[in-house]
Formats: sequence, structure tokens, C-alpha cells
Amino acid sequence: MIAFGESLWDVVSSSTMYSSTVRFAALIVFAAIGEWVAEKSGTMNISVEGMILTGAFTAALGSYWFENPWAAVFVGLLGGFLVAAIHANMSHRLGANQFVVGLTLNVLAVGLTAFLDAQVDPTVVRVEEFRIPILADIPLIGDALFDRTWVLYLIYPLVPLAWFLVYRTRWGLEVRSVGENPQAADVSGIDVNKRRRQAVYFCGACAGLAGAYLTVGQSGSFAADGVSGRGYLALAAVIFGGWTLKGTIAGALVFGVFQALGSAYQALGYEANPSLLGSLPYVMAIATLLLFAYRSRQPESLGRPFVRGLT
Amino acid sequence: MGTDAIETASATADAGDQHSGGSFAGSARRAVPIVGQYVVSIAVALGLCAILVSATGGSASRVFAALLDGSLRSPGAWGLTITTATPLLVVAVGTIVGAKAGMSNIGQEGQLLLGAAAMAFIATRLDLPGPLLLTVSFIGACAVGGLWAGLAALMKFTRKVPEVISTLLLIFVASQITTFGLTRKWLLLAKENTSRTNNGEPLPDAAKMPSLNIFGNQVSWGAVIALVLTAVVGVVLARTTIGFRLRMLGLNPRTARRFGVSAVGVGGGALMFSGAAAGLGGGLWLSGGAAGDRFTGAISSSIGWQGLLVALLAREKAALAIPMAFVFAGLRTGSGFLAATGVDRRIADVVQAMLVLALLIPPAIEALQRRRSGSGAAA
Repeated sequence: MIAFGESLWDVVSSSTMYSSTVRFAALIVFAAIGEWVAEKSGTMNISVEGMILTGAFTAALGSYWFENPWAAVFVGLLGGFLVAAIHANMSHRLGANQFVVGLTLNVLAVGLTAFLDAQVDPTVVRVEEFRIPILADIPLIGDALFDRTWVLYLIYPLVPLAWFLVYRTRWGLEVRSVGENPQAADVSGIDVNKRRRQAVYFCGACAGLAGAYLTVGQSGSFAADGVSGRGYLALAAVIFGGWTLKGTIAGALVFGVFQALGSAYQALGYEANPSLLGSLPYVMAIATLLLFAYRSRQPESLGRPFVRGLT
Repeated sequence: MGTDAIETASATADAGDQHSGGSFAGSARRAVPIVGQYVVSIAVALGLCAILVSATGGSASRVFAALLDGSLRSPGAWGLTITTATPLLVVAVGTIVGAKAGMSNIGQEGQLLLGAAAMAFIATRLDLPGPLLLTVSFIGACAVGGLWAGLAALMKFTRKVPEVISTLLLIFVASQITTFGLTRKWLLLAKENTSRTNNGEPLPDAAKMPSLNIFGNQVSWGAVIALVLTAVVGVVLARTTIGFRLRMLGLNPRTARRFGVSAVGVGGGALMFSGAAAGLGGGLWLSGGAAGDRFTGAISSSIGWQGLLVALLAREKAALAIPMAFVFAGLRTGSGFLAATGVDRRIADVVQAMLVLALLIPPAIEALQRRRSGSGAAA
């Protein structure tokens, strides 16, 4: 037990730990920001997993076609957006059940990306690290946060942007109102389903960026099982954060820590069962749901479709 | 889906609306355009898949022929397809029960995996005669799958954790648990594992589902179990008090509460039933022999997901799940023949998902039309 405690301390105090926490958390943060906006509008967007996967694949395609990382990231963003466009129009224009659509899109994304990857087999150019001077010299966290590829740096403007959009613009006010009380929003002249579609588009773009980060910024290749459920951690992160932006990002970081714990523990040469460590983030996600889902205040009509009339 | 599909389909619906005056006679005439919409949607979905195959350098007609060969035409093929359809149908029927009660269980993949693991664990340890061993291991598979879904039910009713997310997350925990089990001999790992991956002990003959030989096709007896289960569930849902309570809970929880339907008992029970069915599906899949003679970490290979899609396609009707499960199983077994065409076998997964999306559109459009004409009448 003492040996275990010591090993844990070794792991937590190592700089690899911070570095790999950010590595794992970045993907979840990108996706969770988008998911947060979508949930604010009342959409429980479970297709975020498929959006990330599609974004990861289209980013690989973009890298293969244009041999330019900027183009690759943009194409990745478009990939996520495309899934969002299907989801938004089927759920918030045609009124199909959002869980059914989201789930089917996830399955479609898994099949389609695996199929196209086998047929096309795109080669990816990985983006090199770019060290931000001064900031990267901060002890412990400096390297982890500021000695990264520029794709990861996209998070830094994205966070305030999302906050500003949701809390300081008319659009954001309308998005929040359609998530809370769509009937009232409708009466006051807001096109409820349009706002929900737009929120899902935003989520798709963010999730596409997450996928692009995975392919271009992190692994340098597309793997069909590269996302494998981490999009669902973004869903859990939003609940963890009680539908606030800073809480959501904190949640994403917590899940990143637990993923990093698994890999850092082994990297430092300690014996541990890899599959038990691998289940850690999911177990923790469930544990946080148990703690936080009960008391947090979710958008009033989260997951409920809007139909005009008495409902 | 392409937008042209949506437009074509809605144009058809418009034409239908002009004819029907909202009377009873109108609804009969209206049935034709709805069928037309389904035909158009499916055609567009398959067309898009064909374009996808052609665009990536394959031949759509050869893919289609290979799928037909693999699922129906080659010797013994349809027997294998039925054996594959068995777990899909069982999973789908369980999902339908959950969905009727308003429980969105989407963790079948994990429940099925654990069910198969439980079956393997029991069947390789007990020394019982054939039917008894099968019964005991199936009960074990049901129990484990049901309890795994029961965790989600427990979290939902005590801590308000949405079951959509908890069942999803539990898939990944389940998969890691079985991976762990496959590293320990006292759990699932074979006594003498010769393969490079960790595999389970081969099932004893007594735990293999006997099969019927029909015209050279080996059809697993599991198919009979699945059909009986489907029939029972269909009757219980439509004709019994418990079925009525379940549907009431799904359609209007508030009314159900006034009528004394316990959300915890009925809803939680439905969720656990769907998990148990997925677990049974895992047991049937393992004992059916189509996935090899032993438990492996990859044994579920999307059977749970596909069963869920079958349930979605069947739109909560148990009887409809039978043909849908057969179609999905056909795509699955047919995809084994795709290697010769040079097209990746996962095109079958794409076709499956596209079909589900396509079949979501016509009823959605119909509901939209009904709402629009309804609000027009009110104004």
C-alpha cells in the first residue's frame, strides 16, 4: 500500500503527467465546448463522437490532398460540421428523435471512416511543436500548455469565444432561452429549431477541430479506433460542469488526468493492469455523474424536441 | 442524407396531401405516398452507397452480387445468416421493451459482451449434460447483462443520471473488464492459450447450440428461441396489463404515475429486461458458433450496436424486428464475401447505418405534414 502511494506520488509529480494530461484533455476540451453550446440550446448531442471521428478522418484527407496543415484543420472542421448538418436538420427540422439520429450517425461515422480509410489510406503530415517563448518556461505546466502544436493553441481563443457567444450576444441569449423554455422563446418570436440547429453546427465545428487535433496535431495518422468513446467523455464533462463553461473545461481536464494517470503509471515502469487503468476515465466519468447529475441544474428542456402547441 | 432525398420525399407527400381531405377515405389513399417515400428514401440511401463504392474504385454491381452470394446464394449461406440474425433479433426485442417504457438503453454492446463472457465462464466450468448446461449458462448470461443494465437503472432512479449516458459509458467499462478477464486464468483466459492474443477456453460440445439441417443449411436452434421470445414479447406488450403499464409509462409518465404505475419498478424492470436480452444475445451468439468456438475480446464485434439499429428500424414493433434482423444479418454475412471484389467489407456497416437514416425520414415528414395541416385547421 505504501509502495502504491509512493508510485502514485512519483506519477503525479512527474512532468510527463502534466504533458499527457493536456494531450488527452485537449481532445475532450474541444468537443466539450461544442457540446456545452449544443446542450445549452436543449440538444443532447450524442453524435459528438461521430463528429470527432469524421473530423479526424477528413483532416487526414485534407492533409493528404493539400499537404498543408491549415487546410487539413479546416477540412477537419468541415467534416464535423457535415455530421452536424445532418443531425441538426433531421432532428430540428424534420423532428426525428435526436438520440436515434445521433446514435445512427455515430455508427455511420465508424463504418464510413473505417471503409474510406481502407479504400483511400491517406497519409498525414504531423504538425511540429511550436514553443511559445516565456510562457513555456513556467515550471511544471509551462511545457504542457505552451510547447505544443498550434492546433492545440486554438483552444485558447475558442474558450473565450464560446463564452462570449453564449453569454454576451443576442444569439447566445436566444440559444439559452430555447434550451430553457422553448414555448416562451417561440412566443417571443425566436425561431426555436433554427437556434438549435445553429448550436449543433457550432458543436460540429468544435468536434471537427477536436478530430483534426487528434489526427494532425497529435498522432500524425488516422486510426479508425482512435476516438473510441472519448467523445462520450465530453458529454460527461458537460454534466460534470453543471452546464457552466468553466466547469465543463474542468471536467474535461479531470478526465484527461485519469487517462494520463493510466499511461504515465506504466511509462514510469510500474506494474499495473493496462485494461483496468484503461477503464479508469470511464469509471470516473460514471462516478462524477453519480455525484453531480443529481444536484446540477440542467437546461430545462434538454433532450426534448420542440413542437409548437400545447405540450 | 442528401437534401434531394428530403425534397423529393416531401414533394411526394405534398402530392398526397392534395388528394386526401383528412377523412378516413383520405388516410387509405395517403398510404400510397408514404410507401413511395420509403421506396425513394431507401433507393437514395442505396444509391449513395453505390456512388461511394464507385467513387473509391469499386464496382457497385459486383459488391451487390457478392453481398447476395455471401448472405443467401452460396451453399449454407442463409443458414449462417439466420444464425447471425438470432442475437440481433434478441437484442432488438429487448431494446424494444425498454424503448416502450421510455428507457433509452444504448449500451447493448457492453451488456452483450458481458453476457457472452458469463456464458463462457459458466460453460467451461460446469460439467452438465447438454440442454441443462445451455440453460444454466443462458440464465447466467441474462443475469449478468440484466444486472449491468440494472446499474444504469439504479443510477437513474437514485441519482438522476440519464441512462443514455450511463449505458454508453458502461460499454467501455465492460470491454475493459473482459480484457482484464482474458489476462487471468481463473476468469476467462484459456488454460493453454496458444494464440498470440488472449483467448478464452474452447466451449465444451455440450455448450454448443445444436443446429437443424435444412437443405444443407445449418440453422441454430437459437433462432427458434429468438422467434419464441419475439412472439411472447409482442403479445405481452400488446395484450397484457403489464404491457399496457409499460406503454403508458413510455407515452405519458405523468398519467402513468396517476394510475399507480411505478416508474422504478416498471421502467427499471424494462431497462433490466433489455440488458438481460442483450446478455442472452451474447450467449446465443457465442454458442451459435458463427463467431468461433471460444470467447475472445472482440466477440461482440458490433452485434450489440447492430441489434440496437434493428430495434430502431423496427420502430418499436417486435414483429417488424424479424425481417430487419434478417436483412442486417445478411449484410453482415454477405460482407464476408467482399474480399474478392477488392472493396472493404465495412461498406456493409455503411449500408446498415444509411438504411436506418433513410427510414427515419418518411415518418418524420409525415408527422411534420400532420402538424402543419393540423395547425392550419386550428387557425
